[in-house]
Amino acid sequence: MKIYGVAILAGCYLLGQLIGSLLGVWLGIGGNVGGVGFAMVFLILANDQLRKRELLETKSEQGILFWSAMYIPIVVAMSATQNVKAAVSGGWVAIFAAVAVTLICFILVPVLSRIGQKRSIDP
Amino acid sequence: METLEQLIDKNGLVFAFLLVGGLMAVSYWFSKYILRGKLPGAAIAITAALVLAYFGGKKGVADFPILAGMALLGGSMLRDFAIVATAMGASFSEIKKAGLAGVLSLLIGVVLSFILGGLIAFIMGYNDARSITTIGAGACTYIVGPVTGSAIGASSEVIAISIATGVVKTVLVTIATPLVAKKIYLNNPNSAMVFGGLMGTTSGVAAGLAATDPKLVPYGALTATFYTGLGALLCPSILYFLVQALV
Repeated sequence: MKIYGVAILAGCYLLGQLIGSLLGVWLGIGGNVGGVGFAMVFLILANDQLRKRELLETKSEQGILFWSAMYIPIVVAMSATQNVKAAVSGGWVAIFAAVAVTLICFILVPVLSRIGQKRSIDP
Repeated sequence: METLEQLIDKNGLVFAFLLVGGLMAVSYWFSKYILRGKLPGAAIAITAALVLAYFGGKKGVADFPILAGMALLGGSMLRDFAIVATAMGASFSEIKKAGLAGVLSLLIGVVLSFILGGLIAFIMGYNDARSITTIGAGACTYIVGPVTGSAIGASSEVIAISIATGVVKTVLVTIATPLVAKKIYLNNPNSAMVFGGLMGTTSGVAAGLAATDPKLVPYGALTATFYTGLGALLCPSILYFLVQALV
């Protein structure tokens, strides 16, 4: 049943968020530190284990894939609810700083990825 | 008319499904037939949504009561739920392979953004440690900025600038990623993880990758989700002390 997949997803999501929140409290910064990241790792591991034991039916899997496919529409809705006016009216400091940071980080992407790939080719 | 308004008011989320579906249909049509695939439909839909948000307020178009459902569909709960779901398409061995590069990119991303943001704030006339730190933190993400600013007691004007810096960064990453993806070799899980760690804005990274290649979303999101936490940890502490020592 599709709901089984959605339930597995919900379980991983909540467990990840819980760990993220606890980590935030533990580090003394509040909020949620990497909750989504932990949840993703749990889902990948759960998926792996369930598949090995052939416990994940295609139909259950479809429940997760539905939400995965809803991702882009959700991002569109998220973009439509951003404070774009504030971004534009934040003045030149905001614009200069953001442009500089984004540009330099873009340039660094291939540099840092090369480090990662070299490691995997000749360990 | 009043009946219709009441109906939409009660069914905000369902109305948002209809609106986003419509906006995406138009965007994908425009991408296919007018631009002949030069820009992906998702990128057009996201850019159009950002333009629409400009006409709204603090919560973009959701500031109009009739469009309040958009804030639910695009809110953090469903967004994070869907991001986690994308992990179904991610491979664990790919993540392990890019592990070190991912962690490195996170650290470099936070520190470099902070230094660059702070430097520009300094050049443009802010010369007290609190303001420089807060604007530098805003150059990380629009959450790190205000968290840092309120932790070290910056003025509300500076906190507003730090939020604006983070939001401009998010918007820029969203729009520019599909345009520069080829040039920066952003076409595999490894570089997507590095990209997520360097940029850090979860919304920008996720939206930018979705517009570039949806298969890369989980990898970028995985690292980006740790960025804000790391920034909120480093900016008001070590990095602030560093600025204090320098100014």
